[in-house]
Amino acid sequence: MIWLRSSLLPILTVVAAIFVLWYAGAVGLNSKWAYDKANRAGVTLSFSELVADTWSQEKPKLPGPHQVAAEIWKTTGAMVLRGKAFSKRSLIFHGWITLSATMLGFVLGTGFGILLAIGIVHNRAMDMSVMPWVIASQTIPILAIAPMVVVVMNSIGFSGLVPKSIISMYLSFFPVVVGMTKGLRSPDAMQMDQMRTWNASKWQTLIRLRLPSSMPYLFTSLKVGIAASLVGAIVGELPINQDGGLGARMLVGSYYSQTIQIWSALLTAAALAAVLVGIVGLVQGATLKRMGMAR
Amino acid sequence: MAEPVIKAENLSLTFETNDGPVHALKDISLAINKGEFVSFIGPSGCGKTTFLRVMADLEKPTAGTITVNGVSPEAARMARAYGYVFQAAGLYPWRTIGGNIRLPLEIMGYDKADQAERVKRVLELVDLAGFEKKFPWQLSGGMQQRASIARALAFDADILLMDEPFGALDEIVRDHLNEQLLKLWAKTNKTIAFVTHSIPEAVYLSTKIVVMSPRPGRITDVIDSPLPRERPLDIRDTPEFLEIAHRVRDGLRAGHAYDD
Amino acid sequence: MNWAVFALGFWGVAWWINLRLAKMPRSRVTSFAIPALFGITLLVLWEGAVRGFGVNPVLLPAPSAIAVRFATSIPILWTDFAQTFIKGALSGYLIGCGAAFLTAIAVDRSPFLQKGLLPVGNFVAALPIIGMAPILVMWFGFDWQSKSAVVVVMVFFPMLVNTVQGLQASDHMQRDLMHTYGASYPQALMRLRLPAAMPFVFNGLKICTTLALIGAIVAEFFGSPIKGMGFRISTEVGRLALDMVWAEIAVAALAGSAFYGCVAMIEKAVTFWHPSQRRG
Repeated sequence: MIWLRSSLLPILTVVAAIFVLWYAGAVGLNSKWAYDKANRAGVTLSFSELVADTWSQEKPKLPGPHQVAAEIWKTTGAMVLRGKAFSKRSLIFHGWITLSATMLGFVLGTGFGILLAIGIVHNRAMDMSVMPWVIASQTIPILAIAPMVVVVMNSIGFSGLVPKSIISMYLSFFPVVVGMTKGLRSPDAMQMDQMRTWNASKWQTLIRLRLPSSMPYLFTSLKVGIAASLVGAIVGELPINQDGGLGARMLVGSYYSQTIQIWSALLTAAALAAVLVGIVGLVQGATLKRMGMAR
Repeated sequence: MAEPVIKAENLSLTFETNDGPVHALKDISLAINKGEFVSFIGPSGCGKTTFLRVMADLEKPTAGTITVNGVSPEAARMARAYGYVFQAAGLYPWRTIGGNIRLPLEIMGYDKADQAERVKRVLELVDLAGFEKKFPWQLSGGMQQRASIARALAFDADILLMDEPFGALDEIVRDHLNEQLLKLWAKTNKTIAFVTHSIPEAVYLSTKIVVMSPRPGRITDVIDSPLPRERPLDIRDTPEFLEIAHRVRDGLRAGHAYDD
Repeated sequence: MNWAVFALGFWGVAWWINLRLAKMPRSRVTSFAIPALFGITLLVLWEGAVRGFGVNPVLLPAPSAIAVRFATSIPILWTDFAQTFIKGALSGYLIGCGAAFLTAIAVDRSPFLQKGLLPVGNFVAALPIIGMAPILVMWFGFDWQSKSAVVVVMVFFPMLVNTVQGLQASDHMQRDLMHTYGASYPQALMRLRLPAAMPFVFNGLKICTTLALIGAIVAEFFGSPIKGMGFRISTEVGRLALDMVWAEIAVAALAGSAFYGCVAMIEKAVTFWHPSQRRG
């Protein structure tokens, strides 16, 4: 178990440091409110009373990790136990809404991205006219258009899943196009010559050489793409919040200063991102290992 | 005498580059007969690989004519007239050794039973029987190169074009593979064009040695080897062998005198 | 309907010209003309579709209408740009990237911390950090300081991860060579490790340009004074004045590409020796 000592211990140390900073930050940020309360009540706070208060306020500036954890449990596990896993107040419900928009957009974006990349690799005119725009569009803050897309689509009768998925699709589309174009071009001159000596058709070269060679590039872009899809879905939920979703939870929380609710939605989103990227990573590991391409 | 398998007449190839034209091949004329083992030797830039690539229709000549099996290189490529072995084995890591050898067969549309039979046969030919299910990265460099030769043999082309196939291997493995290649040549009676930059390798393997020199790429000497077809490794210590090696070295030196 | 026919015709002609151009050897002219023609074609198709089918400007305004709006609202666009880009995005970018760079150098001497920070940083960089925006707006108020803070949080980890990786980029032989010279740690850092890290550092800086602009704009959706690009986008969407929204998007696109272009130019000057920059 050398791995435990050489990798896990440093990671745990850094994570522990983050928690210490978090608790210390909670004391610092919440102390003003604690002192105000004490002043009004005409009592003076000892240090331990101050700490206890800052870690247990109802609407703290920065809730402690245990408060967020309790809120997450209350809105997920506890509701499952009561058989209300999909009630409107449950984070599972909101998470599911965000996840379905993310997945729909991700699948569509990846599909279109791969198709466009195949076109770009096989057609010089397409390569030279589309590729500069694809690269340039990566420097443009696309996410900023997200609310507009949602509002406009709503006004022409598309609501719910579709507008958010379109944003997710758009965000996962570009990394896949760029990565796949690189990947489909990754076979070297010798491998392409070899296909030529066998008089292989373009289609045979694509299926037997280009696509398998592009797998490492594809998975790298998929990881970026799925994270971007999730961000897109969350931002897409900001302007219209009656449909629910993690983004809507954040916005509603910020309207009513429900900081614990914002943090719990945020951490749920983070966990969701981690799980999604982790799944892509696992599939990547298994596939590349089977293909003998793992490093 | 029968028509030569490969016949080049006044063949030239000029690359246009930013620094002006580069004469990769100039006025090459050569005939290779059926069953010959021809080596091309020369310093880098002499056009030996380019010439091989012209035979394989991977480069187009800018002047002169060349025929392979009596037709243009392009028609020969379409008819899958030759197998090409590159400097690196170039095996796909995601396919087994058997799968790699099957690859050209799949592309050429052989049926499943035929594929299996051919894979088995060529693996035996290169002494790799039993390695069919292994992946390339589980084999040594020499074995990988043998697998890539098996792949070039699998579809029964009677010409084998080899571009420094053993260049990346160490001396000891190379000796062993040279010996095996000669046995294979004797068994299959293929016509082989072989690019190398090793004098002993060229002399040991060939029935005909073509010495080339650079700027412009051209043939300076063609040596018909008097050595018998049956060649044990220690033939390399005989006076006949040393005499041919000497003549090759002289040819290479003469080519170099132009530059300095 | 005539407009739509014209647009389709233009598309056909432009595509034919591009096919012709693409067959020519690649040169400066073709590699500029082809994408330019493609972009113009998209605009013509857009304009033609809007006019030809009489699309409601509330849904999709024509490019010409957006251009007119852009030209007549330059003062507003400029105040928004100054508020969001210069005050919010740029300040946050400089603070965030600077802090990440210094942190990377600070942990450079401790392999233990590096081993911990790299996976955690990679993990955090994949999270939807943009969700921190409402919290930071609560902490730092509605004005640009909170936007700047969002940008700092967003760019910190991608920059940190890239710099830490960059500092490990010099190869063993080069480090051994420094060792044989008896170079001190700062000498080796200044003369070998930092120059070798520059391609990675600039990769991080380039990724962060887009993130900075996104962070500054999206943070304004959670509250801002009555100026700023994100504020303008969300209010004008509410009033269905989409031509103004598109004008703001045009500003964002221009600012984003110019910002990226500037960093890329500095990169070219600093890392001229790297293979990716050679063969101009």
